[in-house]
Amino acid sequence: MNFDFSEDQKLLQSEAQKFLQQQCSNDLVRSVMEDGERFYAADLWQKMIELEWPGLAIPEQYGGHGLGYLELCVLAQALGGSLAPVPFSSTVYLLGEALKMAGSKQQQQEHLSDIAAGKLIGCVAVTERLGGSIHNLPDSRVINGKLSGQKAIVTDAMCADLALVSARNANNAYSLYLLPLDQPTVTRTPVNTLDPSRPAARLQFDGAEVEPLGAGGKGQQILEEVYDRAAVLFAFEQVGGCQAALQMGMAYSRERFAFGRPVASFQAIKHKFADMYVAQEIALANAYYAAWALASDAPELPLAAATARVSAIDAYFLCSKENLQAHGGMGYTWEFDCHLHYRRAQHLSVHLGGAPTWKNQVATELLATKTAKEA
Amino acid sequence: MDFNDTPEQAKFRAEVRAWLADNARLPQAGRLVRDMHLRFDEAKQWYQKKAAAGYACLDWPKKYGGAGLTPVHKVIWSEEVEKYTEPDDYFVIGIGNCGPAVMHFMPEQRRAELLPRMASAQDVWCQLFSEPGAGSDLAGLRTSARQSASGDWLINGQKIWTSGAQNSDYGVVLCRTDTSVSKYKGLTMFVIDMRQASVTVKPIKQMDRGQHFNEVFFNDAHIPDENRLGEINGGWEAALVVLMNERMAITASVPDGFAEFLKFVRRAELAGTPLREHPLVRDKLAQWYCLHAGVKASYYRLITAVAQGGVPGAEGAIGKLIAGRMNQEIADFSLQLMGEFADLHEPAAATDDGYFQDAILYTPGIRLAGGTDEIMRNIIAEQVLRLPQEPRVDKGMAFEDIPGG
Repeated sequence: MNFDFSEDQKLLQSEAQKFLQQQCSNDLVRSVMEDGERFYAADLWQKMIELEWPGLAIPEQYGGHGLGYLELCVLAQALGGSLAPVPFSSTVYLLGEALKMAGSKQQQQEHLSDIAAGKLIGCVAVTERLGGSIHNLPDSRVINGKLSGQKAIVTDAMCADLALVSARNANNAYSLYLLPLDQPTVTRTPVNTLDPSRPAARLQFDGAEVEPLGAGGKGQQILEEVYDRAAVLFAFEQVGGCQAALQMGMAYSRERFAFGRPVASFQAIKHKFADMYVAQEIALANAYYAAWALASDAPELPLAAATARVSAIDAYFLCSKENLQAHGGMGYTWEFDCHLHYRRAQHLSVHLGGAPTWKNQVATELLATKTAKEA
Repeated sequence: MDFNDTPEQAKFRAEVRAWLADNARLPQAGRLVRDMHLRFDEAKQWYQKKAAAGYACLDWPKKYGGAGLTPVHKVIWSEEVEKYTEPDDYFVIGIGNCGPAVMHFMPEQRRAELLPRMASAQDVWCQLFSEPGAGSDLAGLRTSARQSASGDWLINGQKIWTSGAQNSDYGVVLCRTDTSVSKYKGLTMFVIDMRQASVTVKPIKQMDRGQHFNEVFFNDAHIPDENRLGEINGGWEAALVVLMNERMAITASVPDGFAEFLKFVRRAELAGTPLREHPLVRDKLAQWYCLHAGVKASYYRLITAVAQGGVPGAEGAIGKLIAGRMNQEIADFSLQLMGEFADLHEPAAATDDGYFQDAILYTPGIRLAGGTDEIMRNIIAEQVLRLPQEPRVDKGMAFEDIPGG
């Protein structure tokens, strides 16, 4: 048993952190958040492509580095900590993983190569209405290779080239399709979101050209597997966000004085930070376990991923909201950066389906197996 | 990152599994031993059995009665022994806290005399730190040690909350040796022979009727100078070594009640709905599993760090903080699910030998032993996060000038 990342992986993480500290300031995050015409930080994305991050875990035959999920995990933690406003998760964790899992040889050759080369931005279009999730049969429909219907919110759709879309096929079976977004039968309308540093769009399809990804009727199953994998990577982004929010709150409380002493010396404040730290460490530990399950393709993945996901959702909400409170009234201003994490925490928590969905998965998986103690 | 056993570890696991199958007892309804004297005898026998088979103190050197293995082997052992009912953690205070102190501070010859007997539970050890006026503020303790002309020490004063003192042969005791300096500077740590007449142990009856804790009185008790642990007036630094090991030990052993809850959820029902299908129950199950799994995975991280040569830090406080509260909440929620039947505190009639009835009564103590929840948060805030301390009224004052009350 060795429950740690390797020296190479840690080096990658610290290099990534250093790079993002220099290249991804909160001003950059705000430049996307405050400008309705900017849908991602294109310069930063370009530099990430130069570092060959999008192809990190893409096989070498498609021009990637052929590294594993553990490298993606450490990168995700750094990205989450910096609030990077780039379509990395949509392109790499979601579209990229779906292609790896269910794409034909030709789809993989074409699209994975483009992702690795930095020529393709992806997104995933699944949510149609309130309460909609990957577990419901979509209303969007594909007949004779033409897609009709709509998706209510699709993160990164404004900057993406290719969408993974869920729709029913001619037999009403839940299926997945690849949709090139740049065609006149696709209407993209920007929508306001809780976290405007991660812009999204509403999509309308009127007979758009699509091609199937994976077998007809297998859509839900593929998405569930893709989401289990993405949940682990999202958890690392969330933990990175927790760490940044906790550091931010502690730094402010150390500098700010009240009653003649640093605010950080009051037990009421210290205990708040201790609770944030505990939540963060639990989330990190569960993310480590899930990273192992992901990297080793272990049968525990659905339980481990859901556990990491629930802990990460809880921890980032706690850390981001209490960081804001620790800043007092200033924390509630637009000018201070507390709301950047508070908003991002909400975005990351609902993007793959909220906590109740994943808690339900934890309970189901747990009750489906006997633990060693019970066996 | 690898959770799988190495071939060597897999071999060890297989050996352990086979040995346990032949030597350990599985839980059975009605087998839970409630009488604390019987449980003590059982524990002594179990430890001696382990020692004879070479499974005592797995990560201690062989010359001290250990197996010369690693913390990872300890993890494998605890995973395998989990399903049995043996009192495998019974002497955790002696072995987890006192053992490392002896190893760290005593000369080789004394280690070789004391440690193998500790490992096999031939000698039982306790830790004598807390006092009626010094719990959370441990460095405020008053039990005095005076050095006589011969160099030996005379101990006077009182300790409290000493787990297992009534059965102990030796104790690690923290005493005041100088009142004219600040409270942290005038302490010294010793090993004391508990079997001398000038040491009186008085059990404390707990709210759950158990009697694990004691008051211990010293009336000119004697300690030879060779039993001093560390420097004269260097006791605080020595105590920190003990406390650090304690947190490491308890991270692994504070019961959180999750396994019992899962078992209960699998087979009980509420108003005709199986608990396993009840949304309110599933929500709690998931929430508690995330904490349970997280503490376990944190412990694996800690073990990996120690195996790589790191020192266990205050991070272990996380496990105690979470598990103590969670066990109490699990006990409460499970009793609520049982309805009025829960009030029946009859092991023969109640669910799971009355586990949840017992737990609701003992869990308040788990949250106090080894430091309150608030002290755990202070440790995390000050020692891990390095946040500034509260201003202290007694800072820099000579101990004798500090107001008490």
